[in-house]
Amino acid sequence: MTAAVTEIRAIGASASRRPRRNRMPYLYLAPAFLVMGVITLYPLIYQVWMSFTDYGIQNLRAGSASPAWVGAQNYIDVLASQLSIPNYFFVRLLLYNLVWAFSNVAIHVVLGVGIALLVHTRGLWFKRFYRSLFILPVVIPPIIVATVWKNMFDADHGAINQLLALAGGVVGLPASTFGADWLRQVEDPISFIPLPLAFYAMLVTNTWLGWPLNAVVATGALQSIPGELYEAAEIDGAGRWQQFKNVTMVFLRPAMIPYAIYGFVITFNLFYLAFFMSQGGPQGRTELLVTQAYRLVNDQRLYGVGASFAVIMFFILLGITLVTNKLAKATASYQDQ
Amino acid sequence: MTAQTATTLTVATRRRTGPSLTRSRRDQPSLLRQAVLQAVTVLVLLTVLFPIVWVIAISLDPLNRSRPEGLSLIPSNATLEAYGQVISQPTNNPISFLGLAGNSLKIALGTSIISVLIGVSAAYAFARFKFRGREVLMLAILGVLMLPPVATLTPLFVMLNQVQLDLPLVGAFNLRNSLLGVGLAIISGLLPFAIWNLKGYLDTIPRDLEEAAWVDGASYNQTFIKIILPLALPALAVTAFLGFVSGWTEFYFSWMFLNKVEDQTLAMALYAMQGQFASTPWSQFSAFAILFAIPPAIVYFFAQRYITSGLAIGGVKG
Repeated sequence: MTAAVTEIRAIGASASRRPRRNRMPYLYLAPAFLVMGVITLYPLIYQVWMSFTDYGIQNLRAGSASPAWVGAQNYIDVLASQLSIPNYFFVRLLLYNLVWAFSNVAIHVVLGVGIALLVHTRGLWFKRFYRSLFILPVVIPPIIVATVWKNMFDADHGAINQLLALAGGVVGLPASTFGADWLRQVEDPISFIPLPLAFYAMLVTNTWLGWPLNAVVATGALQSIPGELYEAAEIDGAGRWQQFKNVTMVFLRPAMIPYAIYGFVITFNLFYLAFFMSQGGPQGRTELLVTQAYRLVNDQRLYGVGASFAVIMFFILLGITLVTNKLAKATASYQDQ
Repeated sequence: MTAQTATTLTVATRRRTGPSLTRSRRDQPSLLRQAVLQAVTVLVLLTVLFPIVWVIAISLDPLNRSRPEGLSLIPSNATLEAYGQVISQPTNNPISFLGLAGNSLKIALGTSIISVLIGVSAAYAFARFKFRGREVLMLAILGVLMLPPVATLTPLFVMLNQVQLDLPLVGAFNLRNSLLGVGLAIISGLLPFAIWNLKGYLDTIPRDLEEAAWVDGASYNQTFIKIILPLALPALAVTAFLGFVSGWTEFYFSWMFLNKVEDQTLAMALYAMQGQFASTPWSQFSAFAILFAIPPAIVYFFAQRYITSGLAIGGVKG
């Protein structure tokens, strides 16, 4: 309805008063598309060509021989894990990456909404004080968060083990119990879950980093709920749980779902923690697609292989975007019912 | 009044009346409940503050202590020595903190200003014109936005590496191995973000003013410069700031592209200080991390309302 109104207004305006210039939009777009054409779109196309060649360090110099065409060999090597680099296994990489993103976002959303509800409680003292300090993890650049938390998880001098020893001391456990080498231990801490200890350490770090923005979004949604709705629900005899389910959740859902999807994509591509904290270890098991892509070109100098890896990543991300968009639409229509 | 302002107004009034109505009619929590809630909230606050306090405490360790001795709010023999050391020479390379910060600043300012200036013009075209190819171009931008920066790393490295420039004053250099090259690589990802974010904001600006200006015979250029740009100032500032922070802390391109000591950035030095064989005392590392984080953190902390709302508009309306 509102869209139709603006549409009619726009048509009316363009017919009568708008200055007419058909080339105008292209002039405004020109600078951006000139720049993007040269440094974004052309490199992406160039990358597709590179991915079918054996581009290597020998082809870097200007004027050196052009690389040989190898067809789909790079793609086969990447997908079938036939690269001659240690600890590389594509299926594990992709599965770990999905598990990493799912587990993080689930925790962030639940904690973010929970803490937003807690601080939103009517009559809670120092609300503003809490809200302004809870945002602190967001204001620190992630590269610094990652490197500082790496020190925190240090086996001998890190704050986490010292803190655990302090807490353990209260119940009489000796400090030597808490000497876990969080980021390097090879054995899995939980025998039936094939994830290394470094995963849990980074999960803790990213939770610290991730829940506050979810809480900000949830708080915004909570503040937009008209108080009358709760009163009406109360008059109808709804209990606390029913009020939460039928009023609070209805307002939270449309705000949280797009944000959770956004968070999923961000976390899926989160370079800093895996690169700086665990450095992909132990045995490459906490490597993400983005860090593996970086290592292929920066450490291994396999430019052709790296290009095919990036193309594969593009299709994986495209798939994720399509699926999440479907999910968002499905939940949106659920909303309207 | 257009439909858009009408909806924002109703939201605003709703927000204003909502809490006050409930406050008058609903009971305050009992003291016991208040105490329990406070305890839980303070616990959450402690987990938020702990790493920050810890890193500050360690930065005060004296230089002869390579690793912290234990948990303490103010370590024994607390001193600011580490700050002095990292300001004069943080790594083994002969470059001072100011030298590193200068390079990061050049990258951050250059990329954010260029992206916003070029981006707002494209955003205006997308927000205000219907033209052939609009959908395709917007999809192209969205597609690029979806990609992580690592996706263009390989081709940009290879392509920029083939460009030898010879500029007056600067002399001859390889574009890949220069701050200029890193800046271009960053813009390749930052510009689509700037366009998308700014378009989202321009979509929310009501058209009344522009229409009035057109009646008075103004051209598109005049309405763009005199009406749209001033109104979009908050969004321009937020987009520029977010671009600034990503440039200030940029790691992947700089680490791979730059070989010269005098081109090193803060992020590169931070990584070098923590590398596998680095023997940097933790006090120096912590002091460096704090100095590195402070400029964006302060701006972010005090402007967070504008930043989060600017982002929310860009994201939701996009």
